[in-house]
Amino acid sequence: MGHLSHTPVLDAPEEKTMVLNMGPQHPSTHGVLRLLLEIDGEQIVRMVPDIGFLHTGIEKTCEAKFYQQVVPLTDRIDYLCPMVNNLCYVMAVEKLLDLAIPPRAQWMRVMLAELQRISSHLVWLGTHALDMGAMSVFLYCFREREDLLRIYEMVSGQRMMTSYFRIGGLALEPPLGFFDAVKRFLNTFSEKVDEYENLLTGNFIWVDRLKGVAHMSAEDALAIGVTGPTLRASGVDWDLRRDLPYSGYENFNFKVPTSPDGDVWARYVCRIEELRQSREIAKQALEGLPEGPTKAEAPKVVLPDREKMKTEMEALIYHFKIVTEGFAVPAGEVYQAIESPRGEMGYYVVSDGTAKPMRVHMRSPSYANLQALAKMCEGRLIADVVAAIGSIDIVLGEIDR
Amino acid sequence: MALAAAITDLEQLKDRPAVSALLAWNRSAIEGAKFDRNELSIYVAREFIREACNQLKTQGLFNFFSDLTCADFYPREPRFELAYQLLSHRHKEFVRLKVSLSGDDAVVESLTPVCPASNFFEREIFDLFGVRFLGHPNLRRIMLPEDWEGHPLRRDYPVEGYR
Repeated sequence: MGHLSHTPVLDAPEEKTMVLNMGPQHPSTHGVLRLLLEIDGEQIVRMVPDIGFLHTGIEKTCEAKFYQQVVPLTDRIDYLCPMVNNLCYVMAVEKLLDLAIPPRAQWMRVMLAELQRISSHLVWLGTHALDMGAMSVFLYCFREREDLLRIYEMVSGQRMMTSYFRIGGLALEPPLGFFDAVKRFLNTFSEKVDEYENLLTGNFIWVDRLKGVAHMSAEDALAIGVTGPTLRASGVDWDLRRDLPYSGYENFNFKVPTSPDGDVWARYVCRIEELRQSREIAKQALEGLPEGPTKAEAPKVVLPDREKMKTEMEALIYHFKIVTEGFAVPAGEVYQAIESPRGEMGYYVVSDGTAKPMRVHMRSPSYANLQALAKMCEGRLIADVVAAIGSIDIVLGEIDR
Repeated sequence: MALAAAITDLEQLKDRPAVSALLAWNRSAIEGAKFDRNELSIYVAREFIREACNQLKTQGLFNFFSDLTCADFYPREPRFELAYQLLSHRHKEFVRLKVSLSGDDAVVESLTPVCPASNFFEREIFDLFGVRFLGHPNLRRIMLPEDWEGHPLRRDYPVEGYR
């Protein structure tokens, strides 16, 4: 308990202000975010975020694991879109190895990443509406999220910590009935988004609560390092999927929703439109899914199929070697950035030529976006803090790592 | 799986927008460059890093600060390598500026006064690596408790067990 006495506190400089502590157990801080608010009446004079309550030292742990053992750790960073994290990490290592990924695996990755974006945005929408006092939206959102979790379970055996993407491809060929389940979901999802919009978009209370709140200009957003829907809602038209395409995104047609307003409402509108666009991308990936292998042709890196292991001596040897001593990755460093539901997710991986990474750094979008919170809230009302937190869609798991 | 060899010759890379801009600004600030796996790294002398980032930003080339991190190459000296990832929305590419720091003098100028985005990233590196950033407005630990001893991401800090 000794360290508690060292927890940062704000000293109120003037007599008319007071300091209010918010979190880390506050349900509307989406995890364990602690905010120190210096307030003058209802107005916020200064805001200082205090993070680190969920720090687990994942980056340090990665250095003690083989490259393939890091994949399950990446799930636990941003637990609302584990496959996007998997994708970013495996793409970084594939870049280090210079591995070519077969088209079928790439399209499957795109499809699942977009489904993850949908399920992540559904959690955002449900909890954001809950914070704002609209209880029922949460239940609608989690109804669809449940369908998606079942789809992830089908394909990977896990609902949340999927670890489905592997270095060199996918863990397994998707099971029978998987594509039908995705198709069923995608066919009905547009109506579901209409349903959420029916509940919220035209609702006077919702509009009043969101419009003009927590405003941020494009210049501020760029200077503070904000990315993702939060940046696009400030009018900056930038999306890594379109502008620096990875994993075959150049083959898909989709729009990047932007809005010039820069308030909570604009972020809401952008994310709702992203739900529809993600459905479009997933649909295109499903319809145009190429045939072929789901793993790269690299026996020293990719685990062999079960069948091969039982019939081929070499495959068994490679399996044994990969599992017991990993695979060496040529020395070098890469920075792989992808568009996660929250913004630019980047993995900086340094290899020293051995089977364990020398350094794995995660550039998590929430971490940079959180810096914008003070800018959004200072000079505004306490009641709008919760709206602002909800609108930047933070995940404390990836902030603290 | 044959990797193309990295280009480390500054002459061959001088047509790249980031390299040419920095060379035109201050030749002596650039210690070298590397083009490896389709990624460009530029090694910048320690005392020029803030100005180099600022130059790329004010010239409108690399307008967005993406990431800042550190890697510890202990026991090699200089052991720390800072990696600044800058993004150009116009050219649609990343560039990495790198600064080497020795273990007994792990101090560098902070970027925060010219680029607020680096604030948390510098605090994280201070916390986990013990690299100090001069001119940072609030250089305190960010992940770990204030009274924590040591810097866990250093290579000489054990992964498990008691320190």
